Amino acid sequence: MSMFKVLDISGSGLHAQTIRLNTIASNMANVDSISSNADTTFRGKKPIFETILDSATGLPTGGVRVRDIVENQAPLKMEFSPNHPMANGEGYIFRPNVNVVEEMTDMMSASRTFQTNIEVMNTAKQLLLRTIQIGK
Amino acid sequence: MGSILGIHETALLVRSQRQEILANNLANADTPNFKARDLDWRSKMAAAQDDVKRGPYRPDMVRTNERHIEGFAKLSTDNFLKFRVPTQPSLDGNTVETHIEKAQFMENSMQYQATLRFLDSRISGIRTVLKGQ
Repeated sequence: MSMFKVLDISGSGLHAQTIRLNTIASNMANVDSISSNADTTFRGKKPIFETILDSATGLPTGGVRVRDIVENQAPLKMEFSPNHPMANGEGYIFRPNVNVVEEMTDMMSASRTFQTNIEVMNTAKQLLLRTIQIGK
Repeated sequence: MGSILGIHETALLVRSQRQEILANNLANADTPNFKARDLDWRSKMAAAQDDVKRGPYRPDMVRTNERHIEGFAKLSTDNFLKFRVPTQPSLDGNTVETHIEKAQFMENSMQYQATLRFLDSRISGIRTVLKGQ
């Protein structure tokens, strides 16, 4: 019964988008995590999505999952502020390479896709309910 | 005599398979390099129509020994899955256009419900005949 699989597929979509929203929240929360050296500074994180292959057919129709979470390799923001308590020997502090505007647009995209998946689930549920009432 | 429920039985199956494919497209709206797919409805239904005329299409397995049990392969949608041509391709190689997929999903849901209605009236028709009232 493939209508039940619709629920699985949309559920995998919801799960993947939740992970995406989580990383966005983490990035935004750490936007001001200042550090005194480049290695310990927080770097923006991003999930990489991947299609799940259907176990029966081998076709990419099994939903979506998060393959990996990668760190943004863009250069960190170095700031000269010798009076800062976290400043290093040369008087520099390091700020995370998180772009707040980028994170916000990413969040909008994630929440829209989340909504779409919920609507798909709702429709599938209604159709299933109609189907079990057939012949009554 | 073929199936009492006629083409609608197959139609319901194909519609729910299509629903699954469209749901998968929507779930993968943000997956890089994902290519949106859809069922080739016309050829799928043409094959189903043939089933109704000639009896169910069941590809037989090759039997090389008379003691082999006959096994029928399952009819799958693989041959009828086609890629969708995007109107506005995106940079990450993803060809899902959410508005188009959603419109198709809605259309398919309506058609599924229509098929359900057909089946329902067929069943109540049979029921009337059986009761004889």
